[in-house]
Amino acid sequence: MALNVIDRKLLEAVADLHGTPAGAYNIRKDGAGIERRSTANIEIRTKTDQPGIDVLVKPGTKNESIHIPVLLTQSGLQDLVYNSFEIGEEADVLIVAGCGIHNNGAADSRHDGIHTFIVRKGARLRYVEKHFGDGGGSGLRLLNPKTVITVEEAGSAELELVQIRGVDDTRRDTEATVHQRGTLKIVERLLTHGAQRAESEITITLLGVDSSTQVIARSVAQDTSFQEFRALVNGRERCRGHVECDSIIMDQAQISAAPRLYAGHADAELTHEAAIGKIAGDQLLKLMSLGLTEQQAVDTILTGFLR
Amino acid sequence: MLQLEAINLTLGDPQAPREVLNNINLTVEDGKFYAITGPNGGGKTSLAKVIMGINQPTNGRIIYNGEDITAYSVTERAQRGITYAFQNPPRFKGIRMRDLLLIANPDLTETRLHCLLHNVGLCPEDYLDREVDGSLSGGEMRRLEIATLLARNREGDLLIFDEPEAGVDLWTFQQLVFMIIEQHHLQHNTTLIITHSERFLKLADEILLVANGEIVDRGQVDRIWPQIKDEIACRWRENCGGEFSGAKCY
Repeated sequence: MALNVIDRKLLEAVADLHGTPAGAYNIRKDGAGIERRSTANIEIRTKTDQPGIDVLVKPGTKNESIHIPVLLTQSGLQDLVYNSFEIGEEADVLIVAGCGIHNNGAADSRHDGIHTFIVRKGARLRYVEKHFGDGGGSGLRLLNPKTVITVEEAGSAELELVQIRGVDDTRRDTEATVHQRGTLKIVERLLTHGAQRAESEITITLLGVDSSTQVIARSVAQDTSFQEFRALVNGRERCRGHVECDSIIMDQAQISAAPRLYAGHADAELTHEAAIGKIAGDQLLKLMSLGLTEQQAVDTILTGFLR
Repeated sequence: MLQLEAINLTLGDPQAPREVLNNINLTVEDGKFYAITGPNGGGKTSLAKVIMGINQPTNGRIIYNGEDITAYSVTERAQRGITYAFQNPPRFKGIRMRDLLLIANPDLTETRLHCLLHNVGLCPEDYLDREVDGSLSGGEMRRLEIATLLARNREGDLLIFDEPEAGVDLWTFQQLVFMIIEQHHLQHNTTLIITHSERFLKLADEILLVANGEIVDRGQVDRIWPQIKDEIACRWRENCGGEFSGAKCY
């Protein structure tokens, strides 16, 4: 199926794609897969019991990428998909996901993506997921991702979860289990504006000896939008975990941030920090003293903060 | 040329206003190197902020190159060639040193970016892509601040430095002095430097002594230096817990 102008714009926004991606890919549009390619080391299969795909990365696969963008362009569509990923032992891959909703109609468009990852022994995964909404319709653009990830012994996973603009309501659930010497880093970046709502709940269980995790959440809430961030790091063994959430609040927005720690072992080292504040006046003045207008200074600060 | 005419600045609660600058009249000639010194809380930084537009004077006029800039914003003054190095520069999460330097001057080449950091004593390989956040020390921030100002510097600009020596180690300080003086001469800048450093004071074409919100004295270094050197020494001894010499302190 040929991609139209809207499709290409969404693909660029959520997956930085300007054409057919290199490596394995699966493009889903309006509830159905429209293009797919497997490679010698990466197999993409359609699930037989529910909508979605299974992605199998062979052990030892190095420096390959998988693109799995989802596009919703039909107003009123309710899309539910289950994707499963198994990253074989000692593999090292990049997965670029993301969902773009273009809603020009009056009915709500919604995508619920449930992703399950298993990062096998010694494997390394980098996962980037971007959400973006546009279109001039009065219907809402709703995105509810759920990520369940298991990092096995000495595995490593880095999840970059980004909501760019235009998503009216989102609830993001992330559940992770990290085994012996495994590491998990989650970077969440979120911008809400207008009357949007965003909720994020992260629960990480450090189950193995010398497992570790780091969660970095940065968000900007503008206009009358609302954000709620909850993160729990549950240390069950000798482990290290750190959660930091920083938010810039603007206009009449509201933000709730609640990092939480639970230590079930005397050698669990867990820390957290949270900060919410507006853009500091001296930050604006500094950038204005370099020749930027006040609006340019605000944009520069927000862009940097969410980079 | 910069002219301040009858500048007053009042800050604080309207119920209990605080007179910070009182009837400041000052002409700053093009191409000269001025040192502004005086006791803490005397009005030096407030004077610099009024010139940059960070603080708006309660009354009075500011004329820069024949143009009345009193009502101009910080941006408008920056665009006319006035630049200010903050005493306590702010930090920015997510913004790298590279970004800040390129905001100051979008035409900088990679080589020039490296030179700017190198010249203020920051190793470019370590610092260029480092975020300007809480992980930097006060001394590192001040060096970056000076690099940023120098990145922006164009011929004939008015540069204002606010205690560039604070928190900077002696070796780096020698480099900073050299950089600031070199830029001043190469770019034919007008330089105002708020300082307590003997080195800067002795290099100045003219010293302005600011205390109690006023310019209480000004003159060539040969005349002013003997008058203030005991006072600086006195302040130094007081600050360091030494014996008070009985000399007049500002």
